[in-house]
Amino acid sequence: MTADRRGPTSANGSGERPFLDVSDLRVQFPTDDGVVKSVDGISFALERGKTLGIVGESGSGKSVTSLSLLGLHRRADRKGRGGARISGEIWLDGQDLVTASPEEVRRLRGEKMAMIFQDPLSAMHPFYTVGAQIIEAYRVHNKVSKSVARKRAIELLELVGIPQPNTRVDDFPHQFSGGMRQRAMIAMALVCNPRLLIADEPTTALDVTVQAQILDLMRDLQREFDSALILITHDLGVVAELADDIMVMYGGKAVEYGTAETVFRQPEHPYTWGLLGSMPRIDREVQERLSPIRGNPPSLINVPSGCAFHPRCPYTAETGGRSDTEIPLLAATSPGHLVRCHLGPARRQEIFAEQIRETL
Amino acid sequence: MLTFIVRRLFAVVGLLLVVALVTMVIFYEMPQWGGQTPATMAVQYVGKQPSPAAIQGVIHRFGFDRSFPVQYIDYIRTIVTGTTFSDGTQDIACHAPCLGYSFRNYQQVWPTILSDLPVTLSIAVGAGVLWLFFGVASGLASAVRKGSLLDRASMVTALLGISLPVYFLAPLLSLPLAYRWSILPAPGSYVGILSDPGQWFLDMILPWTCLAFGLAALYTRLTRAGMLDVLSEDFVRTARAKGLSERRVIFKHALRAALTPIITIFGMDFATVLGGAVLVEITFSMKGIGFLAITSIQNGDFPMMMGVTLFAAAFIVLANLLVDVLYAVADPRVRL
Repeated sequence: MTADRRGPTSANGSGERPFLDVSDLRVQFPTDDGVVKSVDGISFALERGKTLGIVGESGSGKSVTSLSLLGLHRRADRKGRGGARISGEIWLDGQDLVTASPEEVRRLRGEKMAMIFQDPLSAMHPFYTVGAQIIEAYRVHNKVSKSVARKRAIELLELVGIPQPNTRVDDFPHQFSGGMRQRAMIAMALVCNPRLLIADEPTTALDVTVQAQILDLMRDLQREFDSALILITHDLGVVAELADDIMVMYGGKAVEYGTAETVFRQPEHPYTWGLLGSMPRIDREVQERLSPIRGNPPSLINVPSGCAFHPRCPYTAETGGRSDTEIPLLAATSPGHLVRCHLGPARRQEIFAEQIRETL
Repeated sequence: MLTFIVRRLFAVVGLLLVVALVTMVIFYEMPQWGGQTPATMAVQYVGKQPSPAAIQGVIHRFGFDRSFPVQYIDYIRTIVTGTTFSDGTQDIACHAPCLGYSFRNYQQVWPTILSDLPVTLSIAVGAGVLWLFFGVASGLASAVRKGSLLDRASMVTALLGISLPVYFLAPLLSLPLAYRWSILPAPGSYVGILSDPGQWFLDMILPWTCLAFGLAALYTRLTRAGMLDVLSEDFVRTARAKGLSERRVIFKHALRAALTPIITIFGMDFATVLGGAVLVEITFSMKGIGFLAITSIQNGDFPMMMGVTLFAAAFIVLANLLVDVLYAVADPRVRL
């Protein structure tokens, strides 16, 4: 795995630890019904200025991954109860966040790493003005007067394209439109110049024209701030716009990880094929209908035995009975392209070339 | 906002008119449906072996010789303009707001209510501070440490508080504290705050505690439930993601949102207590509005009953108005 330390796009072989280096991250929640293995041993790396898209259905563990990076889960006590059990390593700029104290992680939150949440209406406090919330975010980490922080807030609102930021700064979130709220949310995340930015479904609550604007904005801002961006989404269209690397998650595990180019052009995991096949596109002939992936996402308490995807996979017959007994390894099929599948690389490439490519 | 308040004030007046009408029907008209006549009702107010003329006099003073609508309109008019009563020997000027004259204790209703109000006010304000503070504080602590020993202890205490009525709690506390160890004054002792503030405070501790305990229990549960709701809100997660300290997240973000509905309920409960903390006043023999209401019912003192009812109703509807206005101030999404 060391060869993949820097992530598929930035493997350069130098011995230095990447800016963000996650290895074998596991997040488990003990519940009355059993232990929920939300994230089950994922590893990835990301440099500043690069974008990683984490893609998967609801419940695949992508949001839990991002929240654990920010240390936003309530940690379990020593007996492993009452919160998340987190193991593995999360190195951010040379510091391990898993072993760091909650207070140390809190200091980094908002300052070195920030998050853009999904639904900006519920993610902003309804009783405080947009400006007050941005000012608060700035003043936690910067010892400045209110008026300096206010200037900074107005500057940021202007940067994210809010018209008349001087007056809108005193508006409440409910007085903003959906797109404006998301811009304000982005301004709040960026106010301390974070070097790692995590966007959790940033465009899901927005209508399509606004989605494109927000994605453009995020791309521009990422360049300006030279931050590492993790984009979490179920929408492959969104990652296609922005991502350098893509990690496809299923049942708490990474099932395919590679550069965006590779994952879109030579996807090798049947689940990735399913995701691509269920994506509507206008640049091709209208087929009878989209082809959704059959079945439902797996329960994270009783993860299917063997390959978690096997109950939904059309190719289980070709694995020689291993699909429901043996967990496949995430193995390199070419440099920087990892796939977790029992089918051999040659067979996968053959299926994709013969059956899948034409349907996409 | 101003138009809203003015409009609501009109509604308040209308509501009070209806309350007056209903109370009047209950106290003046309904006895007659049950077979009472103006004469049998009036007999209660004159001495033994009354002369027909005395009875007739009482009937006239109460207005039983007029039709019900006229009685009602007269009652409302005297509230607005005042009137002059005769108690048989001399004329008594009753200035607006004239709620009538009690022929039971030879006092005007409105001044009586005003003179009893400080007692009720003393009880309500002190108990209000206590139950709001302890209710919110223990509810907050419970919610933040959900499932902890503290949470469970406070939930058991809350259950106790809700289950123990004032007339049980009062002797339970006063027996050791007042009678055995004499730490606090015995029930029945009351001096005005102006004459001796220190003694007033000591006198009030037991009544406050007894009234506040049950309500604090209720507010503990309300706050806990509200906080648990709010703590799972997205904006609390955002506050944490900004790197705010947990204290700031809890107090500035979560509590701020959870407190708004609690203040609303507090306004209503407080007004109800102002209209007479009946059980506490009776148990501690404190002559407040609630005590006045009970004694006037026991004495069949119609004008006093009417007056107290209207007074209590006015407190509640005005508190309701105040709460709505406060809500709009607290929650910028609410527009009046």
